[in-house]
Amino acid sequence: MPTYLGMPAFPDAAKHAVADSQLRRNLTHATTAIRTKRAKAVAELDDWEQLRQAAKAIKDHTLANLATYLVRLEENVTRAGGHVHWARDAAEANAIVADLVRQAGADKAVKVKSMATQETGLNEALEAQGTTVVETDLAELIVQLGDDRPSHILVPAIHRNRAEIGELFRRTMADAPPGLTDDPPQLAAAARTHLRHEFLTATVGISGANFAVADTGSLVVVESEGNGRMCLTLPDTLISVVGIEKLLPSWRDLEVFLALLPRSSTAERMNPYTTIWSGVAPGDGPQDFHLVLLDNGRTDTLADRTGRQALRCIRCSACLNVCPVYERAGGHAYGSPYPGPIGAILSPQLRGVDSPIDASLPFASSLCGACYDVCPVAINIPEVLVEQRARVVESHKHYPERIVFGAAGYVLRSPRRLAAAQRVASLGRLVAGRSGSIRRLPPPLSAWTDTRDAPAPPPESFRAWWARTRGADR
Amino acid sequence: MSEAREEILARIRLATAAVATPEETDAAYAALQRPYRRAHHDPAATDVVALFAERAADYRAVVERVPEDELPGAVAAAVDSLPSVVVPDGLPAGLLAGLRPEVRLVRDEPPLSAAELDRIAGVVTGCAVAIAETGTIILDHGPGQGRRALTLVPDFHLVVVRAGQVAADIADALARLDPARPHTLISGPSATSDIELIRVEGVHGPRNLHILIGG
Repeated sequence: MPTYLGMPAFPDAAKHAVADSQLRRNLTHATTAIRTKRAKAVAELDDWEQLRQAAKAIKDHTLANLATYLVRLEENVTRAGGHVHWARDAAEANAIVADLVRQAGADKAVKVKSMATQETGLNEALEAQGTTVVETDLAELIVQLGDDRPSHILVPAIHRNRAEIGELFRRTMADAPPGLTDDPPQLAAAARTHLRHEFLTATVGISGANFAVADTGSLVVVESEGNGRMCLTLPDTLISVVGIEKLLPSWRDLEVFLALLPRSSTAERMNPYTTIWSGVAPGDGPQDFHLVLLDNGRTDTLADRTGRQALRCIRCSACLNVCPVYERAGGHAYGSPYPGPIGAILSPQLRGVDSPIDASLPFASSLCGACYDVCPVAINIPEVLVEQRARVVESHKHYPERIVFGAAGYVLRSPRRLAAAQRVASLGRLVAGRSGSIRRLPPPLSAWTDTRDAPAPPPESFRAWWARTRGADR
Repeated sequence: MSEAREEILARIRLATAAVATPEETDAAYAALQRPYRRAHHDPAATDVVALFAERAADYRAVVERVPEDELPGAVAAAVDSLPSVVVPDGLPAGLLAGLRPEVRLVRDEPPLSAAELDRIAGVVTGCAVAIAETGTIILDHGPGQGRRALTLVPDFHLVVVRAGQVAADIADALARLDPARPHTLISGPSATSDIELIRVEGVHGPRNLHILIGG
């Protein structure tokens, strides 16, 4: 998965985002609206918690028996006339897709929004071989036209409001109707006109999938606009890139996940369109179907007993919408196609913690637990975050906190050293502001004050006061 | 078998310490607890057809419930203003008996190209199943429903649902389907939530969904 080039650690990226008041207004507006609606949609089902526990159990069972179910899926997709490919990493997946597009003799592909292909950077790989990739999801189109990055799993252009989108369409869309306003229905209609010709002439479609059903070889794509149906139905060749964790054992399991996903993501009883297909249907839709099963770090995640639960994720994005950190920092600060709380645990697991951004992501949370409460598959995100924090600290020998705690241990082991340290610390009052807190300490203590204020020390320590008075001025 | 396949499967087996045989896996699956409700409205105590009508209308689909023998008239009225409609094989001829000659009837025989379909104003189909709880219709693209492109490209979709096709909830509806077939679940007209997370109707799929419930 791409670590966006030159991506700074989360605190630096977030500092810029938080200073952007327009961005904060857009995010607060959108996430507040969806939070209220989601709560209402969920409250309508009085067995929500039971559905959630069943979903968790089904996913855990699938992950524990993943090899068996993947082989079964492969058999059933092949039996239904599809071709199954396996990709160990992003480069391998991109090469397989690029090859298939070339074999189909296409110089263009229409694409329905897919997290897996964002993760592999497929568009860039295809464009490198001269294939034009047309993103057909409205929000992806907004991102592509604006030469921007996605900032939300479900609504990649959540950081843009209608006025900004209207301006973008008028500036970059050659066929935008004259007099196009910022009215959302008009903007949607402009996107319809703009993409119509692409759909009708496309010979290759590229998608991901929300679910893959092992016992029937079915793939399921859940969407709203109909661009998914267009990409999955009209081209001659269809290529679906699907993470190996998207599996469900049986057709019946859809009764659980189709109840949970739409209510969690767009707060609807059901999303407008869902397409389900198995291999090739003679005379109906693409007659050449390829499924690319993607590992790309998932088997490493699977080997981690605590972190494994992140593979239950169904990409609903409810955790983003309730997260106080996401609401203020926005999606770009997470430096990954997966932003928000789920991204904070998924990206470091899929990519490792070597880069500054990945090492900082486990700390991009207040551990308030709202994400865990709303997660439809009950991923305990705070638990994974805490464990990853420990891992980051262990892998960085000179982590400032380690030095500080080492020094604290030295001081606390001797009453004499402690008394001396406390006398020195009292002098810290001199640098405290009128708020009674210290904004900035010199290095290495700046590691503490970079991310929080330090309270001013009291004028006298308890030990000093006791030695002076024996409690007499009580 | 590819090297990548073998390596991924080996890594999974190592990660999961999987020793279960497929039979043991199936037994463990069968033993999974499913404490949720299979229907959120009791079909015996609820008018599920009325519930379906109400829920489908929530998505701003046009919904009418008419007696079975009035269906042809309702179909004719619904498509009356359209210049052309495409009709799939297997749609009961009686449903189209009331159409005025001004509405051009097009058959998908030989199969129409996407560009030809784009020049047709509407489509009339039946469906396989409907879900009351969520206001959803499900096409399995069998007789009377046409291949998937037919109900996708034209801007107006008239779908006829028989009362007996309405399932109370998702579980019952899925159980009535043949998973080998392609399926399209439709809940209202095409829409998007991509601008400020507000649902707006009318993007790439049919912008007008008209549902006639017979019986």
